[in-house]
Amino acid sequence: MELTKEQRIEMYWMMLLARRLDERAWVLHRQGKIAFHISGIGQEAAQVGAAFALNRGEDWVTPYYRDLALMICLGYTPREFVLSLMGKQGEPSSGGRQMPSHWSLRRANAVSHSAPVATQACHAAGIALAMKMQKKDQVVLTTIGEGSTSQGEWYEAVNWAAVHQLPVIFLVENNQYAISVPQEKQMAVRSSADKACGLGLEGLTVDGTDPYKVYEVVARAAEKARSGNGPTVIEARMYRITPHSSDDDDRTYRSREEVEEHKQRDPILVVRSRLEQEGLLTPEQVEGMEARAREMVDDAVQFATQAPYPNVEEGTYPVYAEEVRHD
Amino acid sequence: MTEMTLIEAIRQAMDEEMARDPNVFIVGEDVGIRGGVFRATVGLFDKYGADRVIDSPLAELSIVGVGIGAALYGMKPICEIQFSDFIYPAYNQIISEAAKMCYRSNGEWTVPMVIRAPYGGGIGGGLYHSQSPEAMFAQVPGLKVVIPSNPYDAKGLLKSAVRDPNPVIFFEPKKGYRLIKGEVPEGEFTVPIGPARISRAGTDVSVFAYGMMHYYALQAAEKVAAEGISVEVVDLRTLYPVDRETILASVQRTGKALIVHEANLTGGYGAEVAATIAEGAFTDLDAPVRRLCGPDVPGVPFSHPLQDWFMPNPEKISSAIRELARY
Repeated sequence: MELTKEQRIEMYWMMLLARRLDERAWVLHRQGKIAFHISGIGQEAAQVGAAFALNRGEDWVTPYYRDLALMICLGYTPREFVLSLMGKQGEPSSGGRQMPSHWSLRRANAVSHSAPVATQACHAAGIALAMKMQKKDQVVLTTIGEGSTSQGEWYEAVNWAAVHQLPVIFLVENNQYAISVPQEKQMAVRSSADKACGLGLEGLTVDGTDPYKVYEVVARAAEKARSGNGPTVIEARMYRITPHSSDDDDRTYRSREEVEEHKQRDPILVVRSRLEQEGLLTPEQVEGMEARAREMVDDAVQFATQAPYPNVEEGTYPVYAEEVRHD
Repeated sequence: MTEMTLIEAIRQAMDEEMARDPNVFIVGEDVGIRGGVFRATVGLFDKYGADRVIDSPLAELSIVGVGIGAALYGMKPICEIQFSDFIYPAYNQIISEAAKMCYRSNGEWTVPMVIRAPYGGGIGGGLYHSQSPEAMFAQVPGLKVVIPSNPYDAKGLLKSAVRDPNPVIFFEPKKGYRLIKGEVPEGEFTVPIGPARISRAGTDVSVFAYGMMHYYALQAAEKVAAEGISVEVVDLRTLYPVDRETILASVQRTGKALIVHEANLTGGYGAEVAATIAEGAFTDLDAPVRRLCGPDVPGVPFSHPLQDWFMPNPEKISSAIRELARY
């Protein structure tokens, strides 16, 4: 369970790649090259920490729309992401049917999700119920924003998992805002993990800007789930550095000073300086990573720009499973 | 051949499908030790155990949401909604998730599940134990909507629904659970989802109905036959996708169409049947299309005379047929 030096460096790399990809999406939007972007900037540490605690490819994930870094850890490629940003053919989440960042990656057991929030939590409970019925050694990670834990869907899912002692990890990425509404208008508890005790399961709060702490907590929850001891709610605390989406203007509801203050504690910077201080990374190595990320992002943009759009005929199917085309 | 009631046929279908496929399981309120409030699952808990006949928490959205999750994992849930009146908390999961999963993931994910729900009035159930919400589902691509009218179809269609790779909403006419009896052959058979059925051939008027109203339509047809009116009765059986061919062929034979359902008139399923006829058989019509439906009030009232006023019945159907025949 102890992370190796290589793993810790790999985790930083995943955070960095997701960040640079996310930043490029904003640029593409400002250039008028894509219609929409919803960002995960500031949330990469928790996502990468959680992903590394899973048996990736075996365990299942029902994600939510800010999980770019999580998806990258599951093998979603930069090319695939930019295809989805541009609504191009071959985009694996939906073939250009869904808006960007509405993930699905069958080959990684990452389930398709929608835009009405919290629906994926029930799916996680159902998947875990099926795992339990089939006596599989797997767990489900489901992620959500803190605002969406206000939905009845989330409570019902957590309750189900608690009643049936299902192998689910409910990870709440508390980025402190649901579009414009701050946490104190969502809940009267200090952490959404506190809601867990009312439903009879363990709830933990962790610093979501520290990928290694998140890893530890999620790995423990996964081990507990695998040994038949049921679900855990984990709140990872972080800050949404960008506006809600490319259509939002966060100046209408929070001060620039507040955002600046959090930018100083940007997990990308913090983890980097920590790894440098511990002698795991040199500035040159970091520069090498940056160059590699730039290259991959450039390649992805070029690839997706040249890729064709779906044929209009593709919009007609597959409404039913009988119409699925395997090509 | 064995004579059995509608509900016995439904129970037998579930029993046989559970015996055939270990992935089939039942989940709902009181479906376990109680055997369902209508006794649809009686005996199955003892036969298949608590793991496959699951008493859910009293929360409809997660009955469906958890079912969807299990289906995504490869299980085959039969979700029971105790009364169709209580299906609305699950509407988000049905419409946003189950119905759209295949299309939105470009076929990467499918949701093979059945949602059973008793529907319909005339049983003293008042506003919240009498509803017929089929039209709200029979306009949703990705769903299949089935309503059987007799034990043979109930068994054959439910078996098809369990084997279908898509979400199937299976509304059961609860007033007919024990009232409607019929011959059901021994041994394996299914009834395909999709085609309507001409249950009585005739030449003067076509009556389109399903579920309990089909049962009444047959009685009305018999009654007016004595007066020399030859009625063709079409049991629509599958409401979605729509079997337009059978509808149009019948109108082409008779030139007159009456549509009967107990759901509200406006925006009801009859509107789709009427539009189908207007578009495809306009020149065959010898009279305006007629709809006999529940009135546009919010629900079936409880008090007996009020309930009788609301509900279509064989007498009201006979009158409507006579009027059409005279036109």
